[in-house]
Amino acid sequence: MQVVDRRLNPKAKSLGNRQRFLRRAKAEIREAIRDSLKSRKVAEAEGAEKVTIRSKSLREPSFSLGRNTGQRDYILPGNEEYKVGDEIPKPQGGAGGRGSQGSPDGEGQDEFTFTLTKEEFLDLFFDDLKLPNLIKVKLKDMKAPKLARAGFTSDGPPARLNRARTMRKSMGRRMALRRPSTAEIARLEAELAAAEAENPADPGRIALLRSRLEYKQRLRRTIAYIDPIDLAYNRYERVPKPTTQAVMFCLMDASASMTEPLKDLAKRFFMLLHVFLTRYYREVHIVFIRHTSTAAEVDEDTFFRGTETGGTVISTALEEMLNVVRARYSPGDWNIYAAQASDGDNFHDDMPRCLELLDDDILPICQYFAYIETAHGERFNDTVETPVWHGYTEIAQRRRNFAMRRVAAPEDIFPVFHELFSGENAAA
Amino acid sequence: MSTARKLPKRKGNLRPLFDGPEWSFELIRKVYDAMGEIALGELGLDIYPNQIEVITAEQMLDSYSSIGMPLMYRHWSFGKRFARDEAFYKRGMRTLAYELVINSDPCISYIMEENSMTMQALVLAHAAYGHNHFFKNNYQFQMWTQPDHIIDYLSFAKSYVAECEELYGQETVEIVLDAAHALMNQGISRDLRPRPRNVAKREKERAARRREHEEATYDPIYRTLPEITREGDAEPTDVQSEQRRLGLPEENLLYFLEKNAPKLEDWQRELLRIVRLLSQYFYPQRQTKMMNEGCATFVHYEIMNRLYERGQLTDGTMLEFLHSHSSVIFQPAFNDRRFGGINPYALGFAMMNDIRRIAVEPTVEDREWFPQIAGCGDPLGTLREAWALYRDESFILQYLSPKLMRDLRLFAVDDDAKESSLEVIAIHDEQGYRNLRRRLALHYDVAAQDPNLQVTDADLSGSRRLVLTHHVRNGVLLDKTEAERTLQYLAQLWGYRVKLIESDTEGGRVLKEHEALPMP
Repeated sequence: MQVVDRRLNPKAKSLGNRQRFLRRAKAEIREAIRDSLKSRKVAEAEGAEKVTIRSKSLREPSFSLGRNTGQRDYILPGNEEYKVGDEIPKPQGGAGGRGSQGSPDGEGQDEFTFTLTKEEFLDLFFDDLKLPNLIKVKLKDMKAPKLARAGFTSDGPPARLNRARTMRKSMGRRMALRRPSTAEIARLEAELAAAEAENPADPGRIALLRSRLEYKQRLRRTIAYIDPIDLAYNRYERVPKPTTQAVMFCLMDASASMTEPLKDLAKRFFMLLHVFLTRYYREVHIVFIRHTSTAAEVDEDTFFRGTETGGTVISTALEEMLNVVRARYSPGDWNIYAAQASDGDNFHDDMPRCLELLDDDILPICQYFAYIETAHGERFNDTVETPVWHGYTEIAQRRRNFAMRRVAAPEDIFPVFHELFSGENAAA
Repeated sequence: MSTARKLPKRKGNLRPLFDGPEWSFELIRKVYDAMGEIALGELGLDIYPNQIEVITAEQMLDSYSSIGMPLMYRHWSFGKRFARDEAFYKRGMRTLAYELVINSDPCISYIMEENSMTMQALVLAHAAYGHNHFFKNNYQFQMWTQPDHIIDYLSFAKSYVAECEELYGQETVEIVLDAAHALMNQGISRDLRPRPRNVAKREKERAARRREHEEATYDPIYRTLPEITREGDAEPTDVQSEQRRLGLPEENLLYFLEKNAPKLEDWQRELLRIVRLLSQYFYPQRQTKMMNEGCATFVHYEIMNRLYERGQLTDGTMLEFLHSHSSVIFQPAFNDRRFGGINPYALGFAMMNDIRRIAVEPTVEDREWFPQIAGCGDPLGTLREAWALYRDESFILQYLSPKLMRDLRLFAVDDDAKESSLEVIAIHDEQGYRNLRRRLALHYDVAAQDPNLQVTDADLSGSRRLVLTHHVRNGVLLDKTEAERTLQYLAQLWGYRVKLIESDTEGGRVLKEHEALPMP
């Protein structure tokens, strides 16, 4: 007999199987993820790890006997009162799952629930999404080194000497080696003095005390108060310090022309952006700014629910955004992302002001500024240009961190997001 | 149940082998040896050498998903199973088995690190002695499996599939495996004894030779010539000789496809063969599930009790053991919410105990029903013989006693899809015993439970249409959607039109027809 400990064997033996399984179900899983996103808050998109799919490609059919035809029998235990010839009404839903007939892999398996790990979820979510070069550069910059405490070392520049720790070690060593304290020496000296002063003097005791004093003094000389081995220096290591926080500005036109469906489109876009950002930043703040002819920072519910009347002046939102940045999110410490959704309307005279703000103030501090234009039901006719679209086109061509897209239906969101962050972000 | 006994009296005064829940490798060895004295000495078991492997819960889930084998080729369906089991396990809807045992030589048993020492002891008795003895001695396993080769064969299969994936792409390999898995239950030869299976190395060489030959005989010039179809050579064959040549009718669909499917590449045939051999390997397990568990449960119960009688187990250990033992053999009644069919552990264990009772203290009834064993005084010899020579179906036919039927209060109901109610057709009384026993045995006959499908016609010269016949018993037709999906897979392998006829066994009347064409 042999007992083998296999517990330390490589884990996740079935990883290869799982990858095959996920590949197989990819289309369905992606759809399930997209469905589940609809009902979530912007910041909650990532909670969707449990996935239920109804999958054609995961079926494992086999020839099996049907339940609705012919004649069969069951042998059952626990008879209480039945006699031959008794009739028993059929249980609801047929006599399924009875006796040795029930095939565990038979029906009811088309729907299938399982849990994706966060990584798998995001990988599927972003799939082959490539980051724009700009962001790649930025992600590398995040690795700017920073000194971080990393324990202690026995050598180092005097400025890094850790006194508390050094003294603790020194004291421990002195106690262990029984180095006499000054008080102990003083006590001996006093005893010796007293012995010498005694009358008649006891030479034996004096000699004894003297030799003991001498011994203690020698100990004190040989055992250093602070020895090189006591020294403890703070140790620092250079660790790459990522800028771990990002703030995401959601700007939206709240005038009456933005209907519920259009807001819904915008919401999904914001959601996706948030998921994307949380993948790279430990902390992601969201600021919601809505505007009509004036702009204000609001909470999420108001942002998506409320409708206001009034004209549309986009530059107010941009200004509000700059105010918030100045007040709370210094560009040195925060990665700033902005996403703007609008139906393309703007007070005509306002466009130059918008472009100026974007060009001079916002784009220089933003990692990315994405503009999506939502439209009612029908798809866009490319020949019709809204004032905003017209105005932004020029910036989009010039600035690499500015992107714009048009979205008409929920199905458009995912591809749009894909394109926005794919290698080239040429405007449509 | 009749087995609810009190704690047996202690006769021996040996020291307990262990106390408390902690286990260690040393303790396992010690307990294993102590059990060996009883199992091999007193019970007369005959086992393969044992290899006990300690694994974690995650690894247990891993093995679950690859149908309990330590090695398996890669396939998405195993990943699916893993995902499902893991979800169940994490939600606490399912507990894991304490042990998993593989019919191999040496016999590999997996035990979980989470188990307490009592559970480890139970598992050792159950798997390393009980199942092990059954694997080694039952004729089904002796006839159909080569336990000393299975691990080698699996490792060949694994690397072969990986190699194919490398050469032809994952998706291409998957198409073949998916189809083969769908036909797995029709990949069994029920009557033939298979030729001794080759070891991995030989298999590999064979596969390599196939490919080499193909490469060596590859000739681009001949490729451009119009292909000579078989119509030329096989011109005068009449239908009958063609059928004979193909060995029709053939119940093993995978075998038939491997040998005769016109469009398959050699590597695809090899994949079919792998799935077919695996299916064949598991066939004895399906046929002896109840006996196998009954044997193992009987053995663990016997060993634990005898250890206790000798004083080698503490009272606490014994109570913990009895607790899990009784939940293993729990059989809820048909009207209980927990009822999920007859528990093979319960029936198996009850039958083993019943046989012992008949051998030692038979009643008048037993003498009449079982003249050859009643009162023979050698319960263990009788049991060992039964374990060796029967499978579930024949075992029930031979040994299920009227007393046990009464104890279990068995009754049979008839379910006719056309009727609105079920009818009780036999109960545990004088008139019902034989009827009940026959019907129950039939439920354990795998061949009678699987649909009876056969290849009945294959036209290799003309339309190349393949015809399957489902011999319908008692009017039970195939599940339509499942059958059509499976048929689609079959058509994919065959490469041409496939027809499935469901016909009455008695009258030969055609009840239903399905057809499938391969998708391009």
